[in-house]
Amino acid sequence: MNFNPSKIAGDFPVLSRKINGAPIVYLDSTASSLKPLAVIEEIDRYYRELSVNIFRGVYNLSEEATALYENARQTAADFIGASSASEIVFTRNATESLNLLAASLTKKLAAGSGIVSTVMEHHANIVPWQVAAGEKDFTLSFVDIDENGKLDLADLRKKINKKTAVFTFTYVSNVLGTINPVREIISQIKKINSKIIIIVDAAQAVPHMPLNVQDLGADFMVFSSHKMCGPTGIGVLWGKQHLLEMLPPYQTGGEMIREVRLDSSTYNESPYKFEAGTPHIAGAMGLAAAMKYLQGKGLDKIRQHEIKLTAYALEKLKSIENVAIYGPEKAENRGGVIAFNLKGVHPHDVAQILNSENICIRSGHHCAMPLHTRLNIGSSCRASFYLYNSEKDVDALLQGLKNTAKFFLKKRC
Amino acid sequence: MDLYRDNILDHYQNPRNWGSLTGSAVKVSHNNPSCGDSITVSLKLDSGKIADIKFTGNGCAISMASASMLTEYIMGKSVTDALVVKREDVEKLLGTKLTLARLKCALLPLETIRQALVESAKTRLPKPS
Ligand SMILES: Cc1ncc(COP(=O)(O)O)c(C=O)c1O
Repeated sequence: MNFNPSKIAGDFPVLSRKINGAPIVYLDSTASSLKPLAVIEEIDRYYRELSVNIFRGVYNLSEEATALYENARQTAADFIGASSASEIVFTRNATESLNLLAASLTKKLAAGSGIVSTVMEHHANIVPWQVAAGEKDFTLSFVDIDENGKLDLADLRKKINKKTAVFTFTYVSNVLGTINPVREIISQIKKINSKIIIIVDAAQAVPHMPLNVQDLGADFMVFSSHKMCGPTGIGVLWGKQHLLEMLPPYQTGGEMIREVRLDSSTYNESPYKFEAGTPHIAGAMGLAAAMKYLQGKGLDKIRQHEIKLTAYALEKLKSIENVAIYGPEKAENRGGVIAFNLKGVHPHDVAQILNSENICIRSGHHCAMPLHTRLNIGSSCRASFYLYNSEKDVDALLQGLKNTAKFFLKKRC
Repeated sequence: MDLYRDNILDHYQNPRNWGSLTGSAVKVSHNNPSCGDSITVSLKLDSGKIADIKFTGNGCAISMASASMLTEYIMGKSVTDALVVKREDVEKLLGTKLTLARLKCALLPLETIRQALVESAKTRLPKPS
């Protein structure tokens, strides 16, 4: 079956909207993807047909909702190749998953332990560790990148040592697009120190490529639903069962307990230990629908499509004068995201002019300020692609950029 | 491209009062980390009035045009009059309503100028003994 992005675009109601009479060219899926009808309908179904809490009722409605929530957990486990649904913890998003880890995991670490990350991280994988390090005297260090925007593996080997307790890094950079060789990195690290806990931020990987978490050799992995055609407000923390059991809870309250007395309580087993309070039931159902939708299209085909589109866009962008492109040269080594600058025009101005043609790109630092500092730039423009984008979207972007350049540069003299 | 009216582009590309003052001028720099904009304002007062004001900076068309227009607008005004300049005045100068996302860009120069005014006024007060 052929992969037909224009036909796929028809599954996404928002793409049928017109703003000021013109269609939308959506090139910001790295921030949030659009949602297909199948997902919207599944969320709607929860509120129309169920609407009740889970775990708490013996009545049919509650039983049904509980089953759907737990089925969603199984769907998520299958989607990433986890060995069991009990390794899937539902959170609010990748950020909350990382906060949970930074708070709970560091309770188990001795003072003086090392936490290592990279300069290409999203703030969500930097700030929680800074806070944890500040509380308990951990050393925090960051692996550098090379001039092609790839992780500097020699620097990695230097930064990792016997004192390192945690290495946390992104699978795909949300700015450079760099796809880190996760398996190779993990095997190198384990050779230096086999006890290091390894966390993979897969927020930009899980939505876009086939992935088997057991293959990677990581201990924990996090991602968000809203970047993979699912609803906002739900995300996933995957962890190896024995590690999840060892972690103390993050938030406490209902559902996560086994027994509560007025002076002390015992906790439920994981994943329930980490899901305090009423969860986002509709969100879990919507995420499961999104995963099934993506599987229906084929993650492998989505990845191939993004490579083709990224290669096409890189080629075209290079043909415009005064464009600086950041990150790996070859589309095969990138996710479907391109950060760039049009020399002499501020990224906000580029994005604003493109907006007047309904072309949606991101401008700014994309929650990766340290990376921008490392690149010696204040901000950048970012265009990103997903399964509903096609070459005509790239063509619109290119035309928009040419107009922008003409607009700002013609008047300069 | 409504936002980029000719006057905005003109001020962006030919900024008025560009540069920096030396001597007794007060200098204040601000930046907006969320987009990498930065601006430095230098200011000289004479008998409670703005005798001279210059700026340099790096930023989008909106922030740079706003700085250029504001320096022109408050030149010669008294400190008191200059201190009451507000967001609506900036919008009037730019000739456009600002969307939430661009407000920060347009107001960065105003905040910087305000701080420069306050610091200039301070330096003229007698030092506490
Ligand atoms: C690599 C990466 N990690 C983490 C996040 C945070 O995701 P969320 O805002 O859904 O928590 C993002 C989102 O932009 C991301 O790109």
